[in-house]
Parts: sequence; C-alpha cells; structure tokens
Amino acid sequence: MTAALRFDPIRLPPECEKLRKEVRAFLADEIATGTFDPHKPNREDADAPEFSRRVGERGWLGMTWPKKYGGHERSFLERYVVTEEMRVANAPTRRFFVADRQSGPVLLKYAPENIKMDILPRICRGEVCFAIGMSEPNSGSDLFAAKTKATKTEGGWLINGTKIWTSSAHIADYMIAIFRTSPPTRENRRHGLTQFLVDMKTPGIKVNPIGQITGQFEFNEVVFTDAFMPDDHVLGEIDGAWKQATSELAYERSGPERFLETYYVLTELVRAVGSKPDTRSAEGIGRLVAQLHTMRRMSVSVAGMLQAGKEPVVEASIVKDIGTVWEQQLPHRVRELAAFVDADASNHETLENQLSFAIKTAPKLTIQGGTTEVLRGIIARGLGLR
Amino acid sequence: MAESDNIVAETAEKIFADLADAQTINSDKEGKWKAPLWQALSDAGLPLSWVAEEYGGSGASMAEGFSVLSAAGRFGIAAPLAETMLAGWLLAQARIASPEGAMTVAPASPRDRIALNPDGTLSGRARGVPFAKSAKHLAVLTQGPAGSSIALVDAAACRIEAGVNLAGDSSDIVTLNNVQPLASQPAPKGFDQARLMLMGGVMRSLQIAGSLESMLDISVRYSNERVAFEKKISKFQAVQHNLARLAGESAAALAAATSAADAIANGKSFNDELFLEAASAKIRCSEAAEKGAAIAHQVHGAIGFTIEHILHRYTLRALAWRDDFGSESYWAVELGKLVAARGADELWPLVASR
Repeated sequence: MTAALRFDPIRLPPECEKLRKEVRAFLADEIATGTFDPHKPNREDADAPEFSRRVGERGWLGMTWPKKYGGHERSFLERYVVTEEMRVANAPTRRFFVADRQSGPVLLKYAPENIKMDILPRICRGEVCFAIGMSEPNSGSDLFAAKTKATKTEGGWLINGTKIWTSSAHIADYMIAIFRTSPPTRENRRHGLTQFLVDMKTPGIKVNPIGQITGQFEFNEVVFTDAFMPDDHVLGEIDGAWKQATSELAYERSGPERFLETYYVLTELVRAVGSKPDTRSAEGIGRLVAQLHTMRRMSVSVAGMLQAGKEPVVEASIVKDIGTVWEQQLPHRVRELAAFVDADASNHETLENQLSFAIKTAPKLTIQGGTTEVLRGIIARGLGLR
Repeated sequence: MAESDNIVAETAEKIFADLADAQTINSDKEGKWKAPLWQALSDAGLPLSWVAEEYGGSGASMAEGFSVLSAAGRFGIAAPLAETMLAGWLLAQARIASPEGAMTVAPASPRDRIALNPDGTLSGRARGVPFAKSAKHLAVLTQGPAGSSIALVDAAACRIEAGVNLAGDSSDIVTLNNVQPLASQPAPKGFDQARLMLMGGVMRSLQIAGSLESMLDISVRYSNERVAFEKKISKFQAVQHNLARLAGESAAALAAATSAADAIANGKSFNDELFLEAASAKIRCSEAAEKGAAIAHQVHGAIGFTIEHILHRYTLRALAWRDDFGSESYWAVELGKLVAARGADELWPLVASR
C-alpha cells in the first residue's frame, strides 16, 4: 500500500472574503492611478518600490509572522488570498515577493535576534528586496555541488566564488545564500554547506545582469571576491544547511504563483471570443477553466493543510509539477484557440502581445524553484520508489 | 488507500473487501460473486443511502454517501450501487418512496429526453443507461409542458436492449413507449436535467478518482516487485517519473471530485459556483482517467494487458465512466459557454469564489 495522498476540500474562511474585497479595491486604485497596467505582464515597471511600501502599509507583508517583528499574525489562507489577487492582477510584486514568501520565514527560524529585529520589520514595511543565492555556474538542480567558498577569518567569513541565475540580485538589498564551509564527507555529500545572510552592499560583491529570451533582465551573475560576512550573518548550523533547505519547500512550491504566471492570456482569450463562442472555443475554454479550478483546489488544499500544521511535502511537489506544466502549456493552448478569433476584436492586439510574451516566458516555469525532474524525484520518493 | 472518515464508508469497505476482491471476481467466470455482494450491500442499507427512513432508505448524509462511492471506485465495483443511490436520491427530490431492489436512472445522457405525455404516460429513448438490464425499477426525469417531473417506472414496462460499456458492464438502451409510471410528481422548482446529469457526473468523478488511487497503488507495488535489467523497475528514473505523473493525475482527480462532492453536500443553491465544481470534476477526472490508465498499463507491460490480471478492472472502468452523464467534452462546452456568457472579468471571481 502506497502512502495515501490527501487533498481535503478546504474552503477559505469568511475573513478571507472580506480581505479579498480590500485587496481588489486597493489594486483597482493602483491601476486607476497608473501604478501598473494589468494587461501588460511584460512591462518595465516590475520593480515598484513605492507600490511595495503601500502594500506594506496595508499590512499585507509578513502577514503570518509574529507582531514583535512587524508581522500581523494572520493565517496562511489569508496570505494566500493576497498572493493570488496580486498575481491575477499582474501587480508589480517583484520587490517584496521573495522576501515575504521565503527569506523572511528563513530569518524567523534561523537568524539571531538582533538581525530579526532589524530586518523583519523592514520586510513588513515593504522596504527591502531579497534574492536567493543557490545556483552556481556548475551546480543548479544539484544544490549540494555548490563550490562558492566561505573561509573563516577574524569575526566572520570571507566569501569567494560565483552565484548565477539569481533573480532580482541587481535590485536586492539582501541575499540568502549557501556557501561551502567544509568539504563534503564520504558518508554525506550534502554536508559542508552553510546558509548566510548577505548584505548586497558589502564590498567585494559584483552583480552582472544576464539577458533573458523574453528581453528582460531579471536574473544575474553575482561574483564574490573576499566579501566579508560577520559571524552573526550565519543562519543556522554551520555545515548543516542541508537540514534546513528542504523544510520550507512546501510553502514555496504550492502557492498560487505556481499556476497563475500566464493566467492573463486565458482572461484575454475569453474577452476575445465574446459572449457566444463557437463549439471549439467553448470546449477549449471549458477544459482550461476546469483544469485551472482543479489546480486551485489542490493548491488551497495544501495551504489549508499547512495552516493546520501538517507537512504535505509530496502534495506540494505535485501542485508545482502539475501547476507549472499547466501554466507552461496554457499560452500554447490559448494560441490554438485564438487562431479562430476575429482579428478585428478590440483586444486582438493585446492578446497577441500577451501571447508573444507568455510563450517566451513559458520555458522557465518548469525550471525555476525546482525543476520538474527534481519534483518528480521527490514525488517518487514519497511513493516509496527510491 | 485513504482511511474512511465515517462508519458508512467503513461498512462499505468491509463489504467490498470481503465480497468483491478484485482477484476473486476476475477469476469468477460465472458471476457468482454478484448476488452475495448485492445482498450484503442491501442488508447494510447502502443502495438507498440518500433516501430518508420515512421513504424506505437509510438516511445517510450526502457526504457519507459520496464516501461510499469513493470506496466503490477504489475497489472497481461493478454493481448497480451508484445507480440505485442516484435513483433513490432523484425520487426523494419529488418525495417518491424508493422500492426495494436495484434501480437505475434515465436519461443517463444530457442529449436524451423522456417526454411526459398529456395522458400521464412517458415516452422516449435513453442510451447508455447503466445496469438497466438488472434493475427492477427506473427513476426517470421527464420533460413536459409544465417543466420537469420525476417518475418511478417498472423496468418490465420498458423495452431494454442490452449493451456493455468498455469494461463489459451493463450499459443499455431503454425505450419507453407510452409507459404508465408507478408514481410521478413535479420536480422541485429549478430542478432540471442538467442538475441530474451533474449529480451523476460527480458520482462518476468520485468513482474514477477512487479507481485511479488503486491504479497508482498496484502500479507502485508492481514496480517494486518486477525485475528487469537486473534491478527493480521502480529504480529506473523513467519509470519513477511516469509513476509521479500518475500520482499527479490521481491527486488532481481526487481534489476535483472531493471538492465537487463537498460543494454539493454543503451547497444551499445550485448556482454558477456549484456548476463550476461539478462540471470541472467530470472534465478533470475524465482527463485523469485517460492519462492515468495509460501510465498504469505502461508500467505493467504485457501482463497488465491480459484478462487474467486485475489492472483492467480499474483502467477500463475509469475509462468507461467518462461517458456516463455527459462526457468531458460535453461539459467542457457547457462550462465554456457559461464562462463566456459571464464575461472575461467575471472568470477570476468565479474561480476564486470559495
């Protein structure tokens, strides 16, 4: 008998619906005042510091964290609602998204008190941007092959080496990175890596932007040359990052951002076909909506289980596997259906532009944050195959 | 397999485990398992789960009845259990008491119509009616000038042409030619054929999701036993990734079906949100049946293609259940029309409604 998969039919509690209305009203205001255009995912205004601060002012960053660090002690399901509304509206979340989802929770768990008191409230106010330093030129999915070295010195560590594909490093205030503090042991090849908080203003750090096939410059090469990290910037156990790296993955992998990245093309297709679609368009849209609905039910279910203190690691990996494959295929399915849409439809150009961008974005969706291959390995382990 | 969360489902699982073991049924060429299984299910009151005690049933909750169907799917049960449950539920909508014995429902396809004639008799044809041949009675949804009515009909009064579905289970053509019903009452306000089809579709979705759980279960077990190229095939990455995909399809079916069942069990009115839940379940579970069955067979190789192996009891049934109460393509068209009629900016509010 295999491990049973659970996807309980979780419903969002009533407080979420009130919150959803607030978020929608806030976003409508931001759109009206020209902060961003919801129809243009390929905009240049993705980094919006003022917007980030206003989101912080509304209390929508660090929502689940303790109040003493500037958090709001609300539920994961409430955070879920904010995340999905922002994503569907194509809001410019780049500046705060990583800090809020990932970096803050790591600091909460592993940073010394002085660092927590310093940085977490600033994340909650939307003032700081985080990057994640995992991949290196010769280690991507194989995290534990990382070579960038941290050498002990008086009062801290000296970092030498290169991180790569680091999203937002060019605008980030901080990075949470793993560096090699010891060689791996014969018994445990995962041994010897340590998690650090990196202040990006540290001398000896150089950020080189890398162009992407979408035409954007989101990710970077980050070169460290004798960059000094004080001792209190070590996060958790020295040489023991491998014990820390996996526990937060369920949060990172099962959120609405794992299937809504290209959602805008579906909305625009529905607009283009009008109120009386032909059979082909109706069937195509119906299938896509059924798949989307199912993805969301799975994702909300995992959020509900996380809120209840469970650790649905396999379920979360399934959500990311199915969700990212779906959002990757979505622009291609929409393209097929759009071929029959009236070229004089008022939004035809918008749809064409969106499709062009979404199709170019699609390849990265099953690579970033854990490739499909890695996820299927995790699922296989959960099934008892490895 | 998931643990049952209620006594009704536990009862069902115990009966299935005792009297409907897949290997035993698969070897039983004469169908000797059928009568004892049906007797035990009837004794436990399961076929009339959704009928109140005053109308001859056992008065279980909607949620309890749905969990019986999940269990029936996991065991690949081929008996008119879901059909009798649905018929009892349909009759109860019009406060018609359920008789004893197996029942089924007509129509079983959204394209068929049964007419209520001015003289009170019923006429029409229903295709793909599951287990009509073994049913004593039919619960029939009829259409007349005043709207929908619900009728109880003696199966002997109908012409029934026997047929089988992909899995070899009874799937018949029922013709009513001025048949006098045993009872007939107007359906509740707003109760139409789409409502009946979606209820049947959600029941089939739960059965499909259950059968996918079993496909995953036995495929994982087989891959951990079968040796090729000097190692268990579960150690090959290509096989692992196929099984991970099967787990994904099984998970998607489970999530879609249980969410729709929960929405019906707790729903106060039949609105667009409930339509989305029910139609999506049938669409997504049917898609999962196709992908999942293909992987389960691929993992098993030739042995899974034999009639002696139990795999087909789950794969063919899941594939067959796609056709009942409206296929995935039918519901996709209906859902697409609904979404288009609501308009682009109302799509997300619909999806995010709960």
